[in-house]
Formats: sequence, structure tokens, C-alpha cells
Amino acid sequence: MLAVEELHKVYDGRGRRVEAIGDLTFEVEAGSFVCVVGPSGCGKTTLLRCCAGLLAPTSGTVTLSGAPVTGPPEGLAVVFQEYGRSLFPWLRVADNVDLPLRAAGVAKATRRELVGEALGAVGLADAHRAYPWQLSGGMQQRVAIARAIAYQPRVLLLDEPFAAVDAQTRADLEDLIRDVWRRFGMTLLFVTHDIDEAVYLGQRVIMLTSSPTRVAEDLPIDLPDERDQLTTRGDPRFAELRGRVYAQIQKAKLEGRTT
Amino acid sequence: MSGILARVGYALALPVVLVAVWWFASAGSTDFYFPPLSRIVAVFPDTWLSSRLADDVLPSLTRLGIGYGVALLAGVALGLAIGSNRVVAAVTEPLLEFLRAIPPPVLVPILILVAGIGDTMKVLVIVSGCLWPVLLNTVDGVRAVDPVLADTCRTYRVRGGRRWWHLVIRSASPRIVTGARQALSVGIILMVISEMFAASSGLGYAVIQFKDGFRIPQMWSGVILLGLLGVLLSVLFRIVEHRVLGWYHGSRDGPRER
Repeated sequence: MLAVEELHKVYDGRGRRVEAIGDLTFEVEAGSFVCVVGPSGCGKTTLLRCCAGLLAPTSGTVTLSGAPVTGPPEGLAVVFQEYGRSLFPWLRVADNVDLPLRAAGVAKATRRELVGEALGAVGLADAHRAYPWQLSGGMQQRVAIARAIAYQPRVLLLDEPFAAVDAQTRADLEDLIRDVWRRFGMTLLFVTHDIDEAVYLGQRVIMLTSSPTRVAEDLPIDLPDERDQLTTRGDPRFAELRGRVYAQIQKAKLEGRTT
Repeated sequence: MSGILARVGYALALPVVLVAVWWFASAGSTDFYFPPLSRIVAVFPDTWLSSRLADDVLPSLTRLGIGYGVALLAGVALGLAIGSNRVVAAVTEPLLEFLRAIPPPVLVPILILVAGIGDTMKVLVIVSGCLWPVLLNTVDGVRAVDPVLADTCRTYRVRGGRRWWHLVIRSASPRIVTGARQALSVGIILMVISEMFAASSGLGYAVIQFKDGFRIPQMWSGVILLGLLGVLLSVLFRIVEHRVLGWYHGSRDGPRER
């Protein structure tokens, strides 16, 4: 579905050459939920921007359903970390969700249905007429998720979407995104620096090394499909997987420091 | 309701005091050039609420309206082009710096040569001054478009006219409004100045006529009328701004916790 092959990205600026991504190769199967986790500053956002077609790699390719990604591809949506800056403050919540559909030329009746369904799915059925800035941070990120759902993407990329919300809201949003994934069946690539979050959410966790980034390990998460904050996080297997990811990230950090 | 009354009260308190001071201080004045305020007020209705309303006030306001409107449209359009394109900006910016440094009143003789002494010249004088604040603020506003919002438009394939309106123009709108506000006060000044040269109608023309005819109370009443017009226009501007930038003021008051 989404294939990253020998991706390499170097930032060249003012005499400083930063090798953000060394050599990345992995694949995300259709309909799967894959988390990417790595130490901070390891080029996670760079990777996501390359996947979204927002950034051209120095070498290597990203392909989506067999077609190389050279610009933002059709059927791909992104939820950014900065929810406050990715919503249009001059548009009401429903219009924010509606705008990509209008741009795609979807008929009015269908649009209304999709917007209603998406806002309902994120628990904001009564917020259609509010402005984003009238909502709390967690609710704003729900609007951004609703916008992505209404767009009916085949692939949804999320860039540390819950990094800026408080812990309780975060747990709610994690469950919400699992719900959305199971209900709408899109392919999900979820980038985070939070190890617990990655293990709790994903079917697979791809661990990255420090930059220049490589894949450190690609770990299948064999937890049951039904997950909830209490039992899943209390599961001994969860602790085991979490420990393994943690050790790998620590190793990556140490290696990053010595080289 | 009481909040509105209080605000109106605060806004009017100082003017009322100043007018009262003027009224009583000038009450017994025999100075020819500084007549009592009571006399100025007495000549006001006869001077302005007569044929002059159609002969002087309306032509002035029409020229201001047209000049201001043209400057707004041209300033925003040019600002969008310059702000969103680096090449256009690099080519035009030195020239713009030069042009905006020229005080518009010195253009009057040149514009008379080119456009004659009619309304066209006066409108052009107003445009030549109002254009810059709108243009330069629009350029800054366009450059300040949030990169995350721009990326959002790219990923959701919001393009063309929709992108211009929903991303670029709306992002720049607080700055455009700032420019428009500055342009309005410049426009009123230039409206009067343009009517002081080779004119046959207008507020500036009327005030100069009164001065030349030693009709000092009437001259003063013209100055007061210009002041009142300025206040009226700025109130109208605020009403429009409130509608256009409601989201901006709301979002700057900070998000509400719910």
C-alpha cells in the first residue's frame, strides 16, 4: 500500500549539512495500523512529510498503491501535531471539515452527510456552528480528525497528533483513533515519540534510530484487537512489548551519542 | 446594555469636557479669528445643511469613496501578487520603496498636468496616498500565512480560487484591515488637500473660500464638520471590521476551557 524505499533526506543550509534520514525502507500494508516511534529529533516529521508528498526526498522513493509520491497524492490525509494551526480560524467547525470536500467537488447533499457522520464519529455532533478557537485543544484535534475522516482517505498520516494535549484527553483520543480505524478501515501511519502510545495503538511498531535515521526494529504487536486503557495496559504482554521498544530506543539514543 | 451605555459614556466624556471648556472660554471672545463657539455652532446649519450638502459635501465624499475603493482593490491585488511571488517582489520592491516615499501632495501639480483639474485628478491624489498602507500591509499579511495551514491546503488539495480566498486572503485579512484603517485617515487628508488646488467644489474648497472671504465662523464650522466626518467614518469602519474580523478578535481573546 504505502512503500518507503531507501529513503534518504539531507538538509543543506548555510554551510550546515544535516542528514535527517539515512536510509529507510519499510512497507505499510493496506488497512493496517502502523506506529513509527523514535528518539526525539530522529527525523520522524521529515519521514511523514516525505510520505505526504509535502517534502521531496534527497534520494529514494515513496510509493502509494504503486504510484510514486511526488506531491500530495489523492486519497491521503494528514493530521498535524499543531491542531491550533491546521484548522482555519475563520471557518466554523463544519466548514473546516467541509472545505476539502468542496475542493474535491463532492455534491452538496453527500458533503452534508459526510460532515455530519465525521463530526458524530469524533463526538462533536453539537459543535457544527462553533469556531475552532472556541473549543479546547483536545476538541480542536477531534475536528482535525473529523476533517480527515470526512475526506475518506485510503491512507491517514498522523504526526504526533496528541503530543500537545493533556494525559486524560490523550487517552480518550487514542481510543477514538482506534475506533475510527476499525470503523472506516483506512491505512494508518502514526508517528509518535511516546512508546506506550505506539504499543497501545499499533499492529506494528517501527522503531527508528537517531539521525541519520534507519529502521532499528520492526516489531509486530500481538495484543488482542479489542484494546482498552485499563486491561491492555495491564496486560503482561503489553509490559513486555513496551520494555522491548524502550530498550531499543535507549540503545538508539546511546548509539546516536557515540557516533 | 449597561455595558454599551458605559462605553458610550467613557467615549464622550472627554470631548464633552473639551467642548464645554471651548464654549465658555470663547464665550466673550471679540477676537476676529477666534469667534465664540456659540457663533460657530449658530452658523453651522445654514452653512452646511443647505445647498452645500449637495454641492460640496457629497462631491468630496464621492471622490473619497471612489479613490479609497480603487486604492483598496489595487492595493490588495498588487499585495497578493507581490507577497506570494518572490520574483515579483524582488523586481518591484525597490520601485515601491521609491514611490511610497513621495508625499502625495507633491504629485498634485504633476497629476494636474496629466489628468487636468477635474475629479480624476482629485481621485488619483487620494489613490496615490491610500494605496501604500494597503499594499504594504497586504504583502506582509500574505507572507505571514501559517506554514501548517498552507500544508493543510496542499494535502487536502485545496487549490486555485478556493486557496486564494480561504488561505491567503483570509490569513492576510487582519493586516489588510490595518492597512485599510491607515489608508482611511490618509484618504480624508488627501481629499481636503486635493480640493485646495484648482477646485470648484468640495469641503477643502469651501473651507479655503471661507478663509479667503474672511467668513471666519463658517471656516471654523467647516473644520468641525471635517472632524465629525472623520469620526463618523471611523465608526463605520469599526462596524465593518467587527464583521470581517470577528474570528480574529475572538481567537485572540484565547480559547475557552470547556
